[in-house]
Amino acid sequence: MAKAMTRHSDAQSLPVSFTLNGRLQEIEVEPHELLLDVVREQLGLTGAKRSCDVQVCGACTLLVDGRPVSACTTLAFEVRGRSVLTIEGLAQDGKLHPLQEAFIEHGGFQCGFCTPGMILAAKALLDETPDPSEAELKHFMHGNICRCTGYKKIIESIMAAAKNLRDQAR
Amino acid sequence: MLRRFRLEEPQSVAEVSELLGRFGESAKIYAGGTELLLAMKEGLVQYERLINVKKLTDLAAVKVAGGSVEIGALCTHHQLEDSPALKEKLPALVKLEQNVANVRVRQAGTLGGNLCFAEPHADPGTLLIALGAKMVAAKASSKREVTAENFLVDAYETSLEPDEVLTTINVPVPGPNGRSAYLKFGYLERPSVGVAVAFNLNGSVSGMRIAVGCAGPAPRRVPEAEALLEGKSKEEAVGRIAEAGAIAGKASQAISDLHGSQEYKEHIVGVLLKRAFQSALS
Repeated sequence: MAKAMTRHSDAQSLPVSFTLNGRLQEIEVEPHELLLDVVREQLGLTGAKRSCDVQVCGACTLLVDGRPVSACTTLAFEVRGRSVLTIEGLAQDGKLHPLQEAFIEHGGFQCGFCTPGMILAAKALLDETPDPSEAELKHFMHGNICRCTGYKKIIESIMAAAKNLRDQAR
Repeated sequence: MLRRFRLEEPQSVAEVSELLGRFGESAKIYAGGTELLLAMKEGLVQYERLINVKKLTDLAAVKVAGGSVEIGALCTHHQLEDSPALKEKLPALVKLEQNVANVRVRQAGTLGGNLCFAEPHADPGTLLIALGAKMVAAKASSKREVTAENFLVDAYETSLEPDEVLTTINVPVPGPNGRSAYLKFGYLERPSVGVAVAFNLNGSVSGMRIAVGCAGPAPRRVPEAEALLEGKSKEEAVGRIAEAGAIAGKASQAISDLHGSQEYKEHIVGVLLKRAFQSALS
């Protein structure tokens, strides 16, 4: 059984070593701490948003080992030894990711609240399915809710980014 | 916000069972957390300890052995929607798994957790009943098999003993004439009604199994509706499917709630049974 360090009688502290946006991060968390709170409050990355808090809306989406998770319902210690990507880690060397470019170019957001989760979920989709059909895209993205755009421009943005990424890969 | 709890991280089923026995109702098994953490955040349940079972990596595999698919309880929905063995042997279960909740829930949630939490509006139990699945419940030094319908007792209630651990879900591989389908309908995040059929088609319909879920407290088989179709030719069975659907609707123990009125759900059971049967035939 894992031995945990004890801070005081009722607090259990777990060392968590993980990769955050490509950099090694070593922190300590208590078992009940949620990934979303740790990322936003402790690590200061506020791109992921708390909204529904029940894994329905996707505003708190982060990628863990490349797959989307709801940070609002993920215990922080679960990222031990894993790689976490937040929206803040998507641009490389000051250059936006093709998905971010496409969302700007095609008007894939209005208020922007759902956008970090939307873009990260879309990245997971395109990493495993570079040329998705519209049906595949809708099935994958159906757990990410937007109350502004009506989705049409989000779909256009992701499709445009997919094409750009495929062209770049050639 | 979650209240503070302690984390236990056992390495074996025996250790999990021992911890459950020692801490009783103050501890709960934690796997994917997709249901448990929601209930804890809402303050509906509270535990002093969570027992993280994810170090039992043996329980995160799908094996095909002796006419059964043995699904480890820790397999996530995503793992199952992607499993080559399952795609070959149990395509109806793959299709169900592809449509559980959303991509994030499928990434975290486990089949075992889904069954043990026994949320009434869950998909897998209904199809597993129709497929004749058996659950393996283990303690430190013993294990037993329970049929899916005897496992799912009531809303949020299973027949697991306090120190038992669900380790494996054994699903018999359908024969070459085996047909099965699961269909659901709902307009909220969780389904209002789910209907599963499984049978053999060899000139006539045999081994007919029908299960209805989500409408009432726990998924249930409908023997009266099964009997109506058993031994009938395809055409005769199609002719009787509306009657079978009406029986299944009444037997669904549908309750009126946010997901629809009792009458509405009973009607939808009939519609889904007809469509599921047709889909399994085609």
